[in-house]
Amino acid sequence: MDCSHVFEFKFRRLIVVFTLFSAFLMVSLGANAQVDTTHKAEVGPGETTEKKKFEIGKFALHHIADSHSWHVIGDTHIGLPIILFANNKVVTFNDNDFHHDNDAKVVVEKDGQRFVKMHEKIYFASAAANEHGQYVDLDEKHHAKNARPLDFSLTKNTCTLLLSVVVLLVVFLSVANSYKKRKGKSPKGLQSWLEPVILFVRDDIAKPNLGHKHERFMPYLLTVFFFIWFNNMLGLVPFLPGGANLTGNIAVTMVLATMTFLITVFNGNKHYWGHIFWMPGVPVPMKIFLMPLELIGIFTKPIALMIRLFANITAGHILVLALICLIFVFNSYWVTAASIPFAMFIGAIELMVAFIQAFIFTILSALFIGMAVEEHH
Amino acid sequence: MDLLIPEVGLVVFQTIAFLLLMFVLTKFAWKPVLAAIKERENSIDDALNKAELAKQEMARLTSQNEELMKQARAERDEILKEAKILKDSIVNEAKTSAQTEGAKLIEKARIEIENQKKAALAELKGQVSALSLDIAERVLRSQLDDKAKQQDLVASLLKNVELN
Repeated sequence: MDCSHVFEFKFRRLIVVFTLFSAFLMVSLGANAQVDTTHKAEVGPGETTEKKKFEIGKFALHHIADSHSWHVIGDTHIGLPIILFANNKVVTFNDNDFHHDNDAKVVVEKDGQRFVKMHEKIYFASAAANEHGQYVDLDEKHHAKNARPLDFSLTKNTCTLLLSVVVLLVVFLSVANSYKKRKGKSPKGLQSWLEPVILFVRDDIAKPNLGHKHERFMPYLLTVFFFIWFNNMLGLVPFLPGGANLTGNIAVTMVLATMTFLITVFNGNKHYWGHIFWMPGVPVPMKIFLMPLELIGIFTKPIALMIRLFANITAGHILVLALICLIFVFNSYWVTAASIPFAMFIGAIELMVAFIQAFIFTILSALFIGMAVEEHH
Repeated sequence: MDLLIPEVGLVVFQTIAFLLLMFVLTKFAWKPVLAAIKERENSIDDALNKAELAKQEMARLTSQNEELMKQARAERDEILKEAKILKDSIVNEAKTSAQTEGAKLIEKARIEIENQKKAALAELKGQVSALSLDIAERVLRSQLDDKAKQQDLVASLLKNVELN
């Protein structure tokens, strides 16, 4: 991509500023931690101060994880439907039945089965509560040991997924319609906004990697590109229609990477498999040595795809959340002056990352498919 | 870690939703859109090619026109040259014929003048002789009565006339 020169100047300056800011934070966080430990030492067991302390990690992880309710504003949550497949029976109820409990303390009894929710996961409830009033058995790491029903709930991520599918359908069907209406004419409106992106996917992603065979894989590449891009951006919206971390969820990236994997495997020609199982042009011992490596390579490529998208998007969310959380960690309004501009800066970078990650996922998919269908002469 | 463990529900929903999205978009969006883009690109290419051809045709016609002009100009020059030669020859011919004609006329006039002069001289001679005879007669009548003298005089007179 040719946009590097646009960023070159300001980007470097921003990186310098950001590095200085990070260095400053490291020092002050370290100082803060020292103060904390000394404080704790003075208080003794320090139970009360420990409880009050803002747990940034827990907070961020809670925000990027899936949820059975959708936060609107303040203490208002929309309870989402819970659909369970438990002991060969479909059980449905609403998340509101848990009364905002997320610690396995409220038991919902439905169709003769009892469920609790702990850390946004549904478990079969234990017969009796433990010493903390939780209806689960905990292991030494405070993880529930109870069995889990199959959870097909419409969670926050599932709702976002359905919403994004609907929006993508509406957008692209209307674009297709305007192509039909304005046949042979120059694009207009939404059409002219999206046509360069479609052409970008075709000319800069599909054609260089797939050559004349690109037309067969265009539907997949376009769908995956726009799905990832749109959901990346939707994830950056902090309030209701957004707020979910769909493309930063390992289940979603796993499915997408699996699609690329399946397309690669099912379209691989004999040259592709030949290169994997019997590498041409190397001595026989080398062929035998390379075979397992290449075989592992088939799987590492989609796994890398899966981890890359998941990690990039999740990391971006955590970074923004962490910068915002600094205000609560330091418990001072003065931190806002620094953390809000930097959260905005990271937000702007995330907007770029939203596009770049969609681009990278798509171009690597095209590359892998291209390797599988490439013709050798 | 919980983050790294995919939830079954979301995997199922994602698979179904994505496949559905891809299917519907392929059928109703990607194929018509890509076909329309390709068609438009082809038509643009066509138009450009046609424009290029028209330009070449124009150039060809222009050069042809120039060739024709050049030929016409050469032809005109040729015709003018021929006409000039023709004109010159006609003028020369006319000039020579006029000269010969003039010379002829002058010759004729000279001969005529000569003839007239001869006739006039002859007439003059006759008259002079008649006059002389008359004068001599009168002189002789009045002066000469001697026949011999008369005959000598006449003879000497005639002799003198012949000498003149």
